[in-house]
Parts: sequence; structure tokens; C-alpha cells
Amino acid sequence: MARLHELARLVRSKNAGPFQLTFDLLFDDRATYEAVRDAGVVTPALFARLYGVPEEQVALIAYDPALAIKATIPRPVASGDLADTDVFGAQLYGPLVELEVPGVEPRPRAAERG
Amino acid sequence: MARAIAAEAGAEIPFLAPTGMLGTGFPEASLRAGLERGPAFMGVDSGSTDQGPQALGTGQPLLSRQAVRRDLSLLLPAAIEHGIPLLVGSAGTSGCDDSLDWLAGVLREVAAEQGLHPRVALIRAEQRAERLIEELRAGRIHPLGNAPPLDEATLRRARRVVAMMGPEPFAAALDAGAQVVLAGRSTDAAIFAAPLLRAGAPAGPSWHAGKILECGAAAVTARTAPDGMLGRVSEAGFTVEPLNPAMRCTPLSVAAHALYETADPTRLVEPPGTLVTQACRYEQAEDGRSVHVTGSAFEPAARYTVKLEGAELAGYQTIVPAAVRDPLLLAQLDEWVETLLAKIRERAQAILGDALAPGSWSVGARVYGRDGAMGALEPERRLEGHEALLLFEFTAPDQEHATAIAKTAGLLAMHHPIAGWEGFVNAVAFPYAPYEIERGAVWRFSLNHVWELDDPLAPFPIELVEL
Repeated sequence: MARLHELARLVRSKNAGPFQLTFDLLFDDRATYEAVRDAGVVTPALFARLYGVPEEQVALIAYDPALAIKATIPRPVASGDLADTDVFGAQLYGPLVELEVPGVEPRPRAAERG
Repeated sequence: MARAIAAEAGAEIPFLAPTGMLGTGFPEASLRAGLERGPAFMGVDSGSTDQGPQALGTGQPLLSRQAVRRDLSLLLPAAIEHGIPLLVGSAGTSGCDDSLDWLAGVLREVAAEQGLHPRVALIRAEQRAERLIEELRAGRIHPLGNAPPLDEATLRRARRVVAMMGPEPFAAALDAGAQVVLAGRSTDAAIFAAPLLRAGAPAGPSWHAGKILECGAAAVTARTAPDGMLGRVSEAGFTVEPLNPAMRCTPLSVAAHALYETADPTRLVEPPGTLVTQACRYEQAEDGRSVHVTGSAFEPAARYTVKLEGAELAGYQTIVPAAVRDPLLLAQLDEWVETLLAKIRERAQAILGDALAPGSWSVGARVYGRDGAMGALEPERRLEGHEALLLFEFTAPDQEHATAIAKTAGLLAMHHPIAGWEGFVNAVAFPYAPYEIERGAVWRFSLNHVWELDDPLAPFPIELVEL
């Protein structure tokens, strides 16, 4: 078992326009990327649970050329509207960082392997 | 007069993105290095919706005049000296008419100071509500995902609405001999796709290269500061190369950039169609820092559509930040805040009388230390740690009343009773004097729609100016 931050080179969130939020899980080696992609934990259900949106409104894409998993959800509040807490959508990835990924061991990332 | 751009069979068209956003800067050495490569044009984006709706609501740019002036003072003479066009999209953050005129004013200053006399095209993107109401009635405006409801009243309420132009108005401005094109709201990639397509370059690589270069050097492995990128498009594909010798692109860094700020990296919708990157191959060039991309495809759309953005006034706001350090108070914070807000509402009602309509003003508080960053989305509801920040917000139809409520609320917060203590408490630490901060007008994005066009040029009038 490993935590997502022990596997990904970057986990980030950002607006995709003012009405959508997008999450990127970026990896720097194919084996780790594929292991996380196929581990069955990064799913529409995960984002539905963490961000309170219906599962069918989660668009999840594994993008092999970039060794990346991407999820996009509707923004509960439009960017900058009165109840918004994060205008850029920049810190909403927080609850993903400690996600447990079973069946994968933490590994040094490319930058640390040298 | 700008040099003609020609794509001979098999030839590459080099072009330059000096930085990802006009006014964020770039090293002069990078610009010089790029110009030595004989670019056919320079393109730079100047806008974004990232920073929220206020740029469109107020018509004010979010970058400073000084910062934009610095970048233009290098780019304008470079364009003229090398006889190449300089294309700027989404002028002044929102790309509305006021911010386009603002950017044109900065360009005028730079030109006058340096004794330069370019032919400049100004392309407007702001749309009149009456025109859009006709289009809405004709069924030619359609919602995108998660769009707010749209009716005629929404269009009338919007302070400004812009349409996001495609490449055609840029190309028309170049056809008219413009050396500098300042465009209102446009798609980022259209700034680059326009001159490439006009020169006969293939659509897939032109759009894809534009999509990557619109962020300047963002697609390198480690972008330590804003910088530029060189693109080269040919029939076979395109190559990207950072201008700064300390930066490099890898197949992974370039492929990963397709993810940025977009919902689907494999299908990027533009006004005339969709860039499809599903079959792309990314290969490291021999220099070890450039990346060659093949397989980019462009599917023409059945209908030409431009995205609409609008902003409407949400009210005026005054805020009061207040820190809490007392462990007893922290332990009862939710209930303390709730009873305080009820007291503030009651007192505000007494002060306001019938000056404001019921429901037109509001009182709220955010708790930093618990769910300040995520609000209702925060799955971790515990409040831990030895301090928290309360951020009170008071919203009203005008600034004076928002501040009237805030001034009252601050003192109510200061002495709101804390269970466990007896007597007159001092409950919050205000970091500022006075404790209230006027935020001014607060805006909201009111449109997330597309508009079908028969003529991609029609909503975007082009004005030619000889400086």
C-alpha cells in the first residue's frame, strides 16, 4: 500500500473554465502510472464521494501519453461567486493527497532516482 | 509592413511565444534567442478567467500597466525590426472593449516613446445584450456543462458579455496589413493557429502547437519563471523548443501540458472544430530539449460556435478578518459563530430599518483552520490547532450599507460571550485597524454558453489604426 503523494510526481487542481474543476494526477514512470490507473481506487465514485457530486457528472480520463489521470467535475459554486472559497480552484486537491492505493509500494520518483 | 508568411511544401514555419501572458515577463535573452531563429510571427495571450469574474465585471485588467508596458516595450520594437506580426489575444484579462482600449493605450505610449509607427488592428469582442437576446430567441445560444440558467433578463443584467473569437478575425487583420493585432476575448490557441492556418499549415499541428505555446514555456519540465518557447510547424507535425537554454521539454512534459486547465486532454473544442490528440506521438529531438509531435488531428465542427462569457453584479462586500486564540473559544467555535451571526443579523436589521429589501443583504463567516480553503466540500470537519481565522463577510446592494453592517458586527464579535468565562470578554484579534475592509463590487460569471455563428467575423469588428 502507498499513499498517492508517494506515487505521483504531482497532484493538482485548477479551474477548467469558471464552472468546472479539474484534477490532474501526474506520474513520471509508466509502471507506477499503470499500477495506480488499474488499482481501482481512482474512480468516478472516489470523486463523487470526496466532492459531493453525482458519479455520472465525474469525467475521468486516463491519458497514457502524459502518464496522467484526469478527473473533471462541475464546480459547486462558480469561480469568484459569493460562496466560492478558491477562485483558481487551486487547493481543492487536498483530500486526494493521502489517498491509499493498495497493491503498490512507494517508490522513489525520477527526480530522486537521478 | 509585415513580411508575408509562406508555407512551402515541406518547409517549417517557425514562430515565437515570448511568454505565457503579456505582462508576466520574460528574459530579454530568451526573446533575442527566439528572434535569431527567424520566426514568422509572435503571439501572446493577455487574458484569462482564472482570476474570477471581476475583470469582466469592472472592465479593469488584473495585471499592472507597468508590467504590460515593460513586455510591450520589448515586443513592439522586435516585431518592427524583424518585420513580423505581433498578435495579442484576450486583451487586458477579460478581452472586453474597455480593457482592449486600455491595452491599445499602453501600446500607443510605447510606440510614441520609441518613435515607432506600426499599423495596428483592434478587434472587439464585446457583445450588446439586445443582439444576444435576438440570438437567444432564435435558438442559437446553447448551454455548456454546468451552465447557469439563461433567459433574457440574465443577458440584460450582465454588465458585460464577450464572445471568444476564433482565428478568422486575426487572419482578417493580417490580411489588412496589420503589424500588431490587439484582439478582445479570443481562444488562446487561435492567436497562434490564425497565422499558421493563413500560411497554409495543416490544421491539426497548427491548433495543437498553438494550444501548447499559448502558455509560453509552461510545457517545459521545470518552469522556474515565465519564459518563451519556439514552435515550428510543418506538414509532418510540429516541434516545440524552450528559448531559455536552462529549460528543456520532454515528451512527457509536452504531453502533460495538454491536461492543463481543460476537461479533456484528447479533445479540445475550438470555434471551427475540435483538436484531437488521441493518436499523438511525442518524441524527444536529438538536441535533448525539443519535442517533436505528430498525429495531431482537427475535426471540423458541423456548426461554428463561439463561447460567451458574462459577468453580473453580485453586490458590494465588506469583510472583517478576526483571529481566535482562546482554547475555550476554539472548543465552542461553531456555536459561538452561529449565535454571533444571529445577533449581527438582528442588530443589522435594526440599523437598516427598511433601507434594504429583505434578502438583498447577507451576513456570513468562514472559518480558516477548519474549512476555509474548501468550504462545504471539506471532508475533514474537525477544528484542530491552537488558532483559527474567522473571516466575516457582509454583502449588500451598496458599499455603504455593507460597511455599516461590518462596523456594527466587529464590536459585537469582540464582546460576544464565551461559555466558561464570566464578565466582559474580548474574544477576537483584529489584525487591522479599522477592522473592516471594503472589497468594492463583487461579481459573478453569469454565462457559460456557446453561440452559433454563420460568419466567424461578424461579431468581431476590426478597426485599423496607424500609430
